[in-house]
Amino acid sequence: MALKTWKELPIGCVVSEPGSASEYHTGSWRSQRPVWNDAKCIKCGICYVFCPEGCVQQGEDGFFKANLDYCKGCGICAHECWPKAIEMVEEE
Amino acid sequence: MGKRMGMEVAMAVAEAVGLCNIDMAAVYPITPQSHIAEHLSDLVANGEIDAEFVTVESEHSAMSAVIGASGTGARSYTATSSQGLMLMHELLPIASAMRLPICMAIANRAVSGPLNILNDHTDIMPQRDSGWISMFVENGQEAIDMSIIAFKIAEHKDVMLPVNINIDGFQLTHMVEPFEMPTQEEVNQFLPPFVPHATLHPAKPVTMGAFAMSDYFAEIMKAKDEALKNSKKVILDVWDDWAKIFGRTYKPVETYMADDAEILMLTMGSMGETAQVAIDELRAKGIKAGLVKLRLWRPFPLEEIKAVLKNTKKLIVTDRAISFGGPGGPVFSEIKSALYAEAQRPLIYNYIYGLGGRDVPVPDFVGMFEKVLADTAGKLADSYEFWGVRE
Repeated sequence: MALKTWKELPIGCVVSEPGSASEYHTGSWRSQRPVWNDAKCIKCGICYVFCPEGCVQQGEDGFFKANLDYCKGCGICAHECWPKAIEMVEEE
Repeated sequence: MGKRMGMEVAMAVAEAVGLCNIDMAAVYPITPQSHIAEHLSDLVANGEIDAEFVTVESEHSAMSAVIGASGTGARSYTATSSQGLMLMHELLPIASAMRLPICMAIANRAVSGPLNILNDHTDIMPQRDSGWISMFVENGQEAIDMSIIAFKIAEHKDVMLPVNINIDGFQLTHMVEPFEMPTQEEVNQFLPPFVPHATLHPAKPVTMGAFAMSDYFAEIMKAKDEALKNSKKVILDVWDDWAKIFGRTYKPVETYMADDAEILMLTMGSMGETAQVAIDELRAKGIKAGLVKLRLWRPFPLEEIKAVLKNTKKLIVTDRAISFGGPGGPVFSEIKSALYAEAQRPLIYNYIYGLGGRDVPVPDFVGMFEKVLADTAGKLADSYEFWGVRE
């Protein structure tokens, strides 16, 4: 999403499109990303339950991954994962 | 032609607001604004105005309620003073950032502590940077006129900003003054219906007051600054519209006997009328004294101030507030800053006076002029003094 200039902002920064927050990719704030080791994962879903962004998704194979458009890299999933299947890896 | 009448100014302000087809008011009573709150609620309760009067539990709630109401497209009004304004403080920049054309009367009163209910400008000065259009009035007629004018300025499509009107508490609010009250027909002719830039409505959902991070915050602040600066053009136009219908002319900076003056004094609000009498006395003695009255505080009328002050040798800036531990009164600092880059600048003196309702009669104004005139070496310039304080 190209950043608008001050002249292009709507008056009062009114957001006129419902649900447009999804266009704002908060994943750009991230300094670390969660990486799942499926060999250790027991598919308990505790990462899915604890993710404050709701960006952890379960695939058809039952394993989990984060939507990196919105994952802020907070590390809560890795902290809560008791089989230690999630590692936080530095973003380059 | 309006009706010539006499009434307490606070009640007259409520009457004037009642002519403006407001949709709602949320007002929490506080001395010396209370008579605006009381009379406006009377007008609503008596069915004289078709509006909602929301009896809120605090000024924080009053400002929150008018923000919400204005967001739905309602013409919204409030009034406050002193501690009430301080309690509203955190919401003022939100109202302006959301570009909601709320109008508010401020019955200026000293801020605690110690507790004091009387008049000075220590309540409005801390609100300076909240992004509101801010103007001062000198008498009851101006308070009435500006209460109506404020809606047209605020709601103009090129402005969409909140406006506060500073009416000196007691000195103006509690005076019974003669004035001309506009008729409903005249106000209808002057004030068009409110067309909001966006409205909160379930049929077309929008978000107001959303979140912004470092990637947008500066652009949003820049847009707000430009909006406030650009509002001056509309303010001038609307004052012209007013003059055409009502014959009373308003300017951002007004003067009295200033054209040939060698020494000028700058006042804001009701002190201007007393200072004028002092000017007359000094002129009678052959002293070329004059007066500059700053009506528009925000947007600051930089060009007008420079033009008015360009030939004067000495300028006395009067302040009714203090910037504790700072370079002087807030008005003094702004005027000095405005003139800094000018090739020809007057010596600038600053008197802080009339605090907490302290009376400032004509001889005090004459005394300020005489003290500055006697300072031939300019030793007292560029500094401030508490006028009349007991040593």
